Amino acid sequence: MDSVLEIENIKKSFTGIKIVDEISFSVKEGEFFSILGPSGCGKTTLLRMIAGFLEQDAGSIQIRGQEMTGISPNKRPVNLVFQNLALFPMMDVGENIAFGLKRKKLSAAQIEKKVSAMLKIVHLEGYEKKSVAKLSGGQKQRVAIARSLVLEPSILLLDEPLGALDLKLREQMKIELKKLQIEVGTTFIYITHDQSEALVMSDRVAVMNNGKFEQIDTPENLYGNPKTSFVASFVGETNRFEAKLTQNDTHPMVQTIEGIDFSVTLIDENIKENCSLFVRPEAIVLMVEENMEDMNYFDLTVKTILFDGSNTKILANINDTEHEIMVALPQNRQFAHVRKGVSIKAGVHVSDCKCYLS
Amino acid sequence: MNKHAKLGFYIFFIPIFLWLFLLIILPQIDLFLMSIQSENETGKMVWSLSNYGEFFKEEIYWYTFIRVAIYSILVTFLTFIVTFPIAFYITKVVSPKYKGFLTILLLMPFWVSELVRIYGWMILLRESGVINYFLVNYGIIDKPIEMLYNDVSMVMGLVYTSMLFMVVPLLSSLEGMDDSYIEAAHDLGASKFIIFTKIVIPYAAAGIVSGSIVVFMLTLGNYLTPKLMGGKNSLWFTEQIYNEFISSFNWNQGAAFGFLLLVLSSLIIWIGLKLTKQNLSKALS
Repeated sequence: MDSVLEIENIKKSFTGIKIVDEISFSVKEGEFFSILGPSGCGKTTLLRMIAGFLEQDAGSIQIRGQEMTGISPNKRPVNLVFQNLALFPMMDVGENIAFGLKRKKLSAAQIEKKVSAMLKIVHLEGYEKKSVAKLSGGQKQRVAIARSLVLEPSILLLDEPLGALDLKLREQMKIELKKLQIEVGTTFIYITHDQSEALVMSDRVAVMNNGKFEQIDTPENLYGNPKTSFVASFVGETNRFEAKLTQNDTHPMVQTIEGIDFSVTLIDENIKENCSLFVRPEAIVLMVEENMEDMNYFDLTVKTILFDGSNTKILANINDTEHEIMVALPQNRQFAHVRKGVSIKAGVHVSDCKCYLS
Repeated sequence: MNKHAKLGFYIFFIPIFLWLFLLIILPQIDLFLMSIQSENETGKMVWSLSNYGEFFKEEIYWYTFIRVAIYSILVTFLTFIVTFPIAFYITKVVSPKYKGFLTILLLMPFWVSELVRIYGWMILLRESGVINYFLVNYGIIDKPIEMLYNDVSMVMGLVYTSMLFMVVPLLSSLEGMDDSYIEAAHDLGASKFIIFTKIVIPYAAAGIVSGSIVVFMLTLGNYLTPKLMGGKNSLWFTEQIYNEFISSFNWNQGAAFGFLLLVLSSLIIWIGLKLTKQNLSKALS
């Protein structure tokens, strides 16, 4: 597949502070690409440069092979869905969606046809004359997306558009948005600080921190094989230990500051001494027999049970230390009897103990 | 609970009612009654419409009436043209740090009375004024020019006097406009001109209408500025009313003129609202 967006060594700083620091990446035609990062990591700045509201200090942005530098937002083949949606309050739904089409000087009949076809795609048939203020949060969302999609942009940029919705609606919109993207086939670049949104919807996710991309990968790989300690701690839930390398050969070992020994997998090759160990809550196996190879064994003392339906976890102290870790409970109710204060044998496989430079 | 609510209602309602009734409705009724009475040949007061007839018979009244209406509309429009960029600049362009400071700078001249401000203009513009002094001293003109006492200076004075009442509603309505509307329109392919006419102006419409109504009414009813800056030829309708009441001592005629002015301003505002498809209660809320 061809790449629709090609960004090379793009840089931007404000008052001497580097916000976007030499980022290069490309997005393929029809891809759902997310940029995931904590607030202040520079993701909105990056998006605004693609949309044309900001000019980069250096580097190039190419859309379908066309250099975009110096081209104003109204002339770029990209459209942006704003964080606050920015639906024009003095226009009804139909006028909002028609706004961009009118600028393209389409005939009234064509506009009407396109608007109603677009409303059908976002499941708002016959909403043309509705006032924007009377729509629900989810409907506003869809109108904002429709307003941009109707222009058939090369890329649709979305700046945390689900941020203002309540949890239930957000979950629902996540799925709807993904379905919509598959249906229309437009390239989406989606910005969010919510890792679940990025993981659920995207084909590929770029994890951004301090103006740089830490890793660009599929959601599965980001979760399963994080390349840096930032990705490991930011994407998904995890247990973190600060540790020192005690043995560095074919079977590397670390000792955490609490004094627990682990056989680990070293992700960063140049770990000399200090490192961070990450273990996912669901990687920890409860009530194991101590006879398997390549396993780390330890005792857990249950501190409390964090009930959350299918996502129930226990919070436990490891090996009688003060260090608390989270362990996911299997869903087969095998551990329904687990109560506070109970001691459990647990183990985790070496491949699930990943060590990074701290 | 209900009783308290009722008591509260009366406490707030009675002063408003008294104010409206004693200071607005009662005098208006009295004026109206006065306007439909006049002296007959024998000097006796009788009911008649001759005061209104006088207005239609005498050309100068008509002329003044139309002139004032047209000039008031012009002043309202010019005030909008002058203040809108200022309001836009303060709310959308300048850094928020300076917003308050600039607003205060803008409002400061209005802390002194209208009379003093107009006098300031007169010091600048009159034949022996500051501008003429410099123009003559630097040899740009030979003889001082009289810049006061014409329609241009009068309109300028009226615009200046009205600016505050336009800029405050504009500031508050533009203040409420999120920058993302402008960016969204730009992103959807709109040029600067389209953004201005399709997004900014419609968004600020309520502020524009309420500012325009206030400026129009104040201009129509202004007495001081046309008198001082327009001079003898200013021909403002309020001067005619003043003359009838004070100079001619013909209160009945003055009352009729006052009523005609009220009808004129109401009519023009009504037409204005209809033309711009605005709603009075929405604009003033």
